[in-house]
Amino acid sequence: MNPTLGHLLQQEIPLTWYLLLSAVLFCLGVLGFLIKRNLITVFMSIELMLNAVNLSFVTFAHQWHEVKGQIFVFFVMMVAAAEAAVGLAIIIAVFRARATLAVDRIDLMKL
Amino acid sequence: MHLILFIVFAGLCLTGAINLLLQTHPINSALSLIVVMTSLAVLYLLLGAEFLAAAQVIVYAGAIMVLFTFVVMLLNAGREERTLGSRVARILGFPAVTAILAVMATVILRSEDLGVAGLRDRITTTQDLSAVLFTKLLLPFEVTSVLILIAILGSVALARQGDGKTRVNIGRTAGK
Repeated sequence: MNPTLGHLLQQEIPLTWYLLLSAVLFCLGVLGFLIKRNLITVFMSIELMLNAVNLSFVTFAHQWHEVKGQIFVFFVMMVAAAEAAVGLAIIIAVFRARATLAVDRIDLMKL
Repeated sequence: MHLILFIVFAGLCLTGAINLLLQTHPINSALSLIVVMTSLAVLYLLLGAEFLAAAQVIVYAGAIMVLFTFVVMLLNAGREERTLGSRVARILGFPAVTAILAVMATVILRSEDLGVAGLRDRITTTQDLSAVLFTKLLLPFEVTSVLILIAILGSVALARQGDGKTRVNIGRTAGK
C-alpha cells in the first residue's frame, strides 16, 4: 500500500472531540430555544438538542463497543418523529386560533 | 482521512447550527437544520454506526424536516423580529447556558479513559443491531409502534379543521 495512504487510514482522533461537538451543539440548541421568537424555530432548536444528545450516545456506544447505545438513539429517533408530528399539529392548531406564530403573542398560559 | 472528514463535517455541523440561530426566516433555519442533520449522519458513519447514519438521513433529514418545511410553507410564516429573548432568558438563561457548557467541557476534558476513533474500527452492522433489537428488546420495539400509531391519531385529531367556532374566529382575524 502507498505509505501516505496507509498513514491517512491509520490516523485516529480522540472521542473527546465528538463529545465536545455534542456539548456545543446542545448549548446552541438551548440558546436557540431562548432567543428565537418563532414557534417553529423554537421547535427546531429542540430537534437540534435531541440530535446533540444522539451524537454523544453514538460516541459512547463506540467507546464501550456496545450496541445498546445505538439502539437508544434508534428509540430517540422514533420518539422524535412522533413528537414532531404531534408538535407540528399543535402548532397548526395554535395558528388557527391565534393567526400568529410569534411566541410573545401566544402568552395566555404565561405567568 | 478521519481527521479531515471530522473537521469538515463538524465544521459544517456547527456552521449550520449557528446559521439556524442567525437566520430570521423559518425556512432558512429549517434548511440549515437539514445541513446539521446530514453532516451528523456522516459523523455517525465515522463512528461506525452505519444503520443510524442511514436512519438519520431517512428519518431526520427526510421525514421530520420535510414535515417542518411543509408546515412553514403551509402557515406562510413570515420573518420574526430579532430580539434577544425575554428578560428571564437574558438574566437566567444565558449564564445558565454558559455554565452548562463550561461544566460539560470540563467533565469531558478531564475524563481520561476515553478512546480514539479511526477509519479501521469495527463497524456495527445492521445485523448486530437487529440481533439485539429483535431478541432482547422486542417489547420496547413493539411498544414504539403503538406510540407512533397514537402520535398519528393525535396529530390528525389536533390538526383537523375544528368546529364552526374556530372557523368564524379565523374569518374575523382575516377580516381585520
